Amino acid sequence: MSEKTAKIKVFRGDEKGGEYKEYDVPLFEGMVVLDAIHHIQATADNTLAVRWNCKAGKCGSCGGEINGKPRLMCMTRMDTLPLDKPITVEPMKTFPVIKDLVCDVSWNFEINKKIPPFKPKAPLADGTWRFSQEDADRVQEFRKCIECFLCQNVCHVLRNHKKEEFAGPRFLVRLASLEMHPLDVEDRLSLIKEAFHIGLCNITKCCTEVCPEHITITDNAIIPLKERVVSRFYDPIAKFWQKLFAKNDVTK
Amino acid sequence: MARLAPNTMFKSGLGTTQRKDNWWLQPVLVVFGLGSFGIYSTWAALQGNHYAFGPYLSPFYSPLFIFDWWHWSPALLILWAPLGFRATCYYYRKAYYRAFFADPPACAVGELAEHRYSGETKFPFILQNIHRFFFYLAAIFIFILSYDAYEAFWFDGHFGIGVGSLVLTANALFLGLYTFSCHSFRHLIGGKRDCFSNCSLAKAQYKTWSIVSILNQRHMLWAWISLCTVGFADVYIRLCAMGIIHDIRII
Amino acid sequence: MNYQTFEHDVIVIGAGGAGLRAAIEAATQGATVGLVCKSLLGKAHTVMAEGGVAAALGNVDLRDNWQVHFRDTMRGGKMLNNWRMAQIHAQESPARVNELEAWGAVFDRTKEGKILQRNFGGHQFPRLAHVGDRTGLEIIRTLQDHAVHQKNIEVFMECTITHFLKEGNKICGAFGYRRVTGEFLFFKTKAIILATGGIGKSFRINSNSWEYTGDGQALAYKAGADLMDMEFVQFHPTGMVWPLSVKGTLVTEGVRGEGGILKNSKGERFMFRYVPPMFKGEFAETEEEAKRWLAGDKSARRPPELLTRDVVAKAINAEVKAGRGSPHGGVFLDIASQRDVETIRKKLPSMYHQFKELANVDITKEPMEIGPTCHYIMGGIRVDAETGAATVPGLFAAGEVAAGLHGANRLGGNSLSDLLVFGRRAGLGAAQYAKENSSIKADTKQLDTCATELLKPFNQKNGENPYEVMDQLQKMMDAHVGIVREEKELQKAIDSLAQLKSKVKNVKAAGDRTYNPGWQTCLDLENMLIVSEAITRAAMERKESRGGHTRIDYPESSAEYAKFNFVLRKKGEEMRVEKEPLPKMPAALEILIKEGTT
Repeated sequence: MSEKTAKIKVFRGDEKGGEYKEYDVPLFEGMVVLDAIHHIQATADNTLAVRWNCKAGKCGSCGGEINGKPRLMCMTRMDTLPLDKPITVEPMKTFPVIKDLVCDVSWNFEINKKIPPFKPKAPLADGTWRFSQEDADRVQEFRKCIECFLCQNVCHVLRNHKKEEFAGPRFLVRLASLEMHPLDVEDRLSLIKEAFHIGLCNITKCCTEVCPEHITITDNAIIPLKERVVSRFYDPIAKFWQKLFAKNDVTK
Repeated sequence: MARLAPNTMFKSGLGTTQRKDNWWLQPVLVVFGLGSFGIYSTWAALQGNHYAFGPYLSPFYSPLFIFDWWHWSPALLILWAPLGFRATCYYYRKAYYRAFFADPPACAVGELAEHRYSGETKFPFILQNIHRFFFYLAAIFIFILSYDAYEAFWFDGHFGIGVGSLVLTANALFLGLYTFSCHSFRHLIGGKRDCFSNCSLAKAQYKTWSIVSILNQRHMLWAWISLCTVGFADVYIRLCAMGIIHDIRII
Repeated sequence: MNYQTFEHDVIVIGAGGAGLRAAIEAATQGATVGLVCKSLLGKAHTVMAEGGVAAALGNVDLRDNWQVHFRDTMRGGKMLNNWRMAQIHAQESPARVNELEAWGAVFDRTKEGKILQRNFGGHQFPRLAHVGDRTGLEIIRTLQDHAVHQKNIEVFMECTITHFLKEGNKICGAFGYRRVTGEFLFFKTKAIILATGGIGKSFRINSNSWEYTGDGQALAYKAGADLMDMEFVQFHPTGMVWPLSVKGTLVTEGVRGEGGILKNSKGERFMFRYVPPMFKGEFAETEEEAKRWLAGDKSARRPPELLTRDVVAKAINAEVKAGRGSPHGGVFLDIASQRDVETIRKKLPSMYHQFKELANVDITKEPMEIGPTCHYIMGGIRVDAETGAATVPGLFAAGEVAAGLHGANRLGGNSLSDLLVFGRRAGLGAAQYAKENSSIKADTKQLDTCATELLKPFNQKNGENPYEVMDQLQKMMDAHVGIVREEKELQKAIDSLAQLKSKVKNVKAAGDRTYNPGWQTCLDLENMLIVSEAITRAAMERKESRGGHTRIDYPESSAEYAKFNFVLRKKGEEMRVEKEPLPKMPAALEILIKEGTT
């Protein structure tokens, strides 16, 4: 093991405010930022709060801001960061801080509850359904989401403008996964416009930039939903067309 | 406890961030790129002259409409359509909301402390929803510009190739790639479907949607290349028409 | 002392696959349910499951049915399984998987548009319904989104249960605390379903998350319930071995299911040498035959890389011990030479990213370095096969925390189906129990004692650092109770556990009660100690090698030990290990196992 160390500047505080504390941590091969935080926790201060579970980029618990960028601590290798200056580690700033690196993300769970559940079309006689991999591919991309809420954190509609009525990228992705589901027959388009306020998104794509699962949130989920909203609410030609060929229409 | 954190918790305000990389570079480049194109194209469109040379017609002036009752530059009669297409384009929206409106200037970078924001729900930005109609017009332009490119190979009835022929061909090609990689087109051609495998029409739509999806991944690239080619085509023809440079004939 | 009180018919502790499925079922039966989870909803260990969920749907190979699945499970468990659980599991898992589809899950598809199934170790036919290599995520998200729309489920996130309350011999409540505020919680209830998962954190090299500290097993044990089969800990053959930061992180068995092969440092495909007598003649004997199998030839037998996990883990261990290991002490797992780039990235996307981002290895071009990692415990709370009832009235258990289904070794893919099948059954059982039993008034005086115990770490002046004690415990367990065991090592472990016990009594927490990970670790340690002792004591008694339990001093399986399970019971302060004879299997099923289905 090498003798090299790195300096980590960690936010310590709660909802009332806090300060940045600097710690020295020994470096080892393949080390990630979460290892550094764990080292501080085990040796320097047992009370340093951080949320984590799988430490393999699969559960989405350890989101934070590393050198100002929203990232998962378990998937950010120390050797990809400039080590000549202290590494800043902060909680996600869009949500209220509970303590240190842990913030209150409960707002997200409330939004999720408002989404009308999956409603499948009638199954075949044997009680199952048939659809092809091509049909599955598109929604499978959205279902990769690990709910780290980094996209919610970086979205300026929530981060800067505090529009609590806006569903945010995570739940637009979830809505897309339901709306584009090959078996789903529920209609959520009016809600997407009126209740989840898709119009507040100005497609500046930060959600896509930070997604650790590399979901193309803006291009594949939000913009196609915006286009579906246009067809329903802003496009007289599409409306006329839909009336004419109602049978072939599957946008529901 | 509040559901979202108040802005007072951490430092806020335009440009505040803990990011240590050159986050400002991208908006600066966009301001420079779109700004210089905007200035040049406005100037060129207002000129009303030097837009044709031999078989070449500047894309700023195509299709060319000359009316007695119209006293201004003919470019103004048509340019609103491609301008509208680009202004409501999903890529350019991202670029100018970031670079010109700083809303946000870059990811996880602070905005102006207090300003009203309604996204694309109110006038004028609610008009972004008519992007697909501009797409229909832009698609017509692609056919016209392709015809111009074809014409650019015929010098007084004889086939030939000049540098201008190649410039106009490249322009039509890249404008085509930009136009047909449009997000609205991607929706209309098949993205609106939930199920691709249930009938032969759906399967055909799946194929076209897949191709458009691949093009769409490079929409930003096509947007910039085509912006350069269209500007360059006008510059080239203008300079030839003004006699500052000479068109080189390859054949 | 201040505490908040909640009242529900059923309390479910743990919100992974089993807990969520149990909560949904109990709520559907009309019970009011409190779902208590140690982390945020949707972060439980089920998200880590990668390869797939085993169900004999027969979508890919028509020869598959519940009988074959039952036989595979029993033989994989080295016949120590509870036969009835194995039967219920094999019969009901197809319906549970189809049900997930009805709730919105999107599995990979066959060409005919059915749910696709892949090969896995120990399964005779392609049986694992999957979504690339993130099947667990798909399942937990589907269940989570289904559960949040149930009216009578109340979710308590980031809450830890530390005590059960009993009146007479019956369960009547649970006590714990909410991490975010540090406040105490009292859940008044008729029935409790434990779905807290495993014990992996007792070992240093493991594939588990911080939650896996044996909470459910320890709570049940303290409440007087039987623990069973605790000696059977599964070391998954393929964990990452390098870099240090990710040592132990799981590499899905799906890599081998998709055709990945194991090689030693000499480049030999060594698994051909490790086929145990029980499976002789069922596996490919040459590389040529294995290749034909991969190409889809149904007359070819499966490659030996698809032997059960216990066998593969021991083989890797033996290769490394013989000096044929890779540079970082593992062996090579190679998919790059077997499948094209596109297939690998499509079927194993998260493995691709995991290696690319954490180890700078491109698995489409290079082999992975892998070695055994503590992954799962087959043993746990002894339950009734039909209802998931533990031996204490009012207490139920499902999923990894329960024992019986997997016997001495679990087959890959049988865990996710276990969660669904027995999660549902425990939900049914607990709801039924709640209907039949009126609520009991708990003696709330007990709560003061609970609270004092919880706060004890704050009152230690010169106590131990809980993280150091945890580190010592993990290293000790790795050294003495790891993948291969022997009497003198186990004795050392028992001695060390006694010392660690006094240290754990002494651990201290700094700071206050708000989101205090040091305090949480203090509380976890007590549970880790109980399950570590249970594993060690049971391992000491089982003087043979079988499935996940390997003794160098008793390297063979013994017919005598095949007749009973070891059960651990609390007698005063002492942990007793007692023999329980295996329930008798019906003759028809016995014949099925001996002769197979064809």
